[in-house]
Amino acid sequence: MLSSTADHLYWMARSMERAENTARMLDVTYRMSLLKQIFMEPHHEWRAMISISGLHEDFEARYPEPTADNVMYFMALDKKNPGSIYNSLLNARENARAVRGTITSEMWEALNQTWLEMKRIHPKGVTEQGVSRFYDWVKERSHLSRGIAYGTLLRDDTFRYLRLGTFIERADNTARILDVKYHILLPSPSEVGGAADYYQWGALLRSVSAFESYRKVYRDQITPKRVAELLILRPDMPRSLMACIESVNRLLQEIGGARAKELQRRCGMLYAQLRYGSIDEIFANGLHEYLSAFLERIYDLGDLINTTYFWSTDE
Amino acid sequence: MKHPYDEMYAADGSVRENYRSYSEWLQAMPDEVIARKREEAEITFHRMGITFAVYGEDTGQERLIPFDTIPRIIPAHEWSRIADGLRQRVRALNAFLHDVYHDQEIFKAGRIPSGQVLANSQFRKEMIGVDVPEGIYAHIAGIDLVRAGEGEYYVLEDNLRTPSGVSYMLEDRKMMMRLFPELFGRQSIAPVDHYPDLLLNNLRSVAPQGVLNPNVVVLTPGQYNSAYFEHAFLAQQMGVELVEGHDLFVRGETVYMRTTQGPQRVDVIYRRIDDDYLDPLAFNKESMLGVPGLFSAYRAGNVTLANAVGTGIADDKAIYIHVPEMIRFYCGEEPILSNVPTWELRKPDDLAYVLDHLPELVVKEVHGSGGYGMLVGPTASVEEIAKFREKIVAAPEGYIAQPTLALSTCPTYVESGIAPRHIDLRPFVLSGKTISMVPGGLTRVALKEGSLVVNSSQGGGTKDTWVLEY
Repeated sequence: MLSSTADHLYWMARSMERAENTARMLDVTYRMSLLKQIFMEPHHEWRAMISISGLHEDFEARYPEPTADNVMYFMALDKKNPGSIYNSLLNARENARAVRGTITSEMWEALNQTWLEMKRIHPKGVTEQGVSRFYDWVKERSHLSRGIAYGTLLRDDTFRYLRLGTFIERADNTARILDVKYHILLPSPSEVGGAADYYQWGALLRSVSAFESYRKVYRDQITPKRVAELLILRPDMPRSLMACIESVNRLLQEIGGARAKELQRRCGMLYAQLRYGSIDEIFANGLHEYLSAFLERIYDLGDLINTTYFWSTDE
Repeated sequence: MKHPYDEMYAADGSVRENYRSYSEWLQAMPDEVIARKREEAEITFHRMGITFAVYGEDTGQERLIPFDTIPRIIPAHEWSRIADGLRQRVRALNAFLHDVYHDQEIFKAGRIPSGQVLANSQFRKEMIGVDVPEGIYAHIAGIDLVRAGEGEYYVLEDNLRTPSGVSYMLEDRKMMMRLFPELFGRQSIAPVDHYPDLLLNNLRSVAPQGVLNPNVVVLTPGQYNSAYFEHAFLAQQMGVELVEGHDLFVRGETVYMRTTQGPQRVDVIYRRIDDDYLDPLAFNKESMLGVPGLFSAYRAGNVTLANAVGTGIADDKAIYIHVPEMIRFYCGEEPILSNVPTWELRKPDDLAYVLDHLPELVVKEVHGSGGYGMLVGPTASVEEIAKFREKIVAAPEGYIAQPTLALSTCPTYVESGIAPRHIDLRPFVLSGKTISMVPGGLTRVALKEGSLVVNSSQGGGTKDTWVLEY
């Protein structure tokens, strides 16, 4: 496959996944903000939302305060924010357009249609009709394009680079959600239990569609440690770090190639660390430290995918 | 200007034989149904992103080419004569290209003045003595035809560089079959959807010598080119890679593409980039679209470019007038398809005549294309004519003029209902080891009342083109 084609496929999937995860994060933050805590400073959760995204410098330069309206506009509709849902959907569509000959026409049409609808969405409409409705729409479009990829694409490298982009992005996003929410939700580790705690952890689980799964797996009250275990180490939890890296690891084996040794080695190590990790050990060494290190590794992995498959200089 | 020939209705208002079946169907069809179908067509084209970019507007601006649901129907006997004429013409054009870059027999025989060819900016000195597979230069030719009367077809221009529009021909047919499948059961309409197969076979037949399983690619300037949709479409339909300049590199006079598994050799490039931008080392140094070293690989015979470098010399409007002579010289036959009578403004007598008759004539830039930079006398304002006159007087050699032909019309949906609009026809002729084409081509329609300019960049639309099988 052409390196540039693989590059477009990978970023097409990453952009769509990012749009979905941004919608999920905004949705859960919005829900949490409705359950105001007295000990929280104003806009606490929205400030956290901005720092999670790594876009706080741009935000602070252009907006006076991290109010709910400002953050939601910035993250969802702001054309100047390269990471907004608006731009993620545009990127997904532009990358799809560049490889429309490689993907199925259904796949292209779905991404094109998503973008055409996005362009027609008016900021006023979003607030009037309820922001959650907009987030649901984004999630649905993402589900649709993933479903079409699943249902129509030949299982060749086209499919694999798409999946690779999806899982790298998702691993990154799950780690970020967990990291920041953990900080907001747990000012001191002793404050466990209580109704507020239940609702807030519940909202976090919902943001990654894991609430029902949690109930099924643990059949017990919601505790931070179990939430972390579910989202980090459970291989059967589709948005967990373990599930994402397991898929990345398998995809890299399948794609292969003479130059992929180092990439496979590093991914294998990350996979082994999750595969044999224990939640007690992670908590003993600090969850935040663990997640920061994980995010760095994901970043390195992305970088290495780039130089191995997309932009190697081998003339 | 006499009353134009209408494809559907004879002068007495009766329906022509080739439209009889369609016309009966149309009469029986309720207007609301047609209106709904037309709406469906537009929505579908948008969703599929069958759009083209418009130059001079915001970058990335995309527009639909309007699609008209009334087909252009060509009777079998007319098409068979057109097809013979096209084969003959393209054979002569390829022979001419080979000749001007080799022995130049046609000049020696005194049949065409050499100065006009050799001094032309479209003549590529770099191509002198370069041998190309099968001696074919114009692998894909788009020959624009217009009809002026019963059986009277004229060649308006030859497009031998990177003719576009074939994807619309294919999509228009698909759309018609989707909207009105019943129509295709009523009449025997020649299929066109195998065009990508013909194209791929044609490209493979001109691979460099000794290559058994040639790797064919389509080279595009990129997403923001007006014809990008078509580039991607053809690559997908042929099942070959769509590449941009940065996907390719040259090492040891051989072209490779960068793949996720390392370099892979490329044998045939269907390029949709102009000569000037192909290779910054050989041509325009500023070009970011091309591939450094590509021309050296081409000269060495390690890669085939379709179309060849330097074909512009044969589709130049100043050379157009000589094509009938080329046919006589290379084929030893009389031309089957006629040229439109043409005045060359570099000749003082022609210039004087044209300047006296500007309001009646069509004046075109010799090197122009896409309907940009032309004057249509009968529809132009006094100021436009005056302005154009200045341009001509300043550089007469840059222009040719033709009589305003009464282009045939075809009934077309417009705001007020159905009305006649002028049309042309661009068949696509493929040359390799053999000459092949699908029946018909792209019919373009000028949607503005009275307008003779059918180019999509100037607000033209398209129609499905049916060639009846008997």
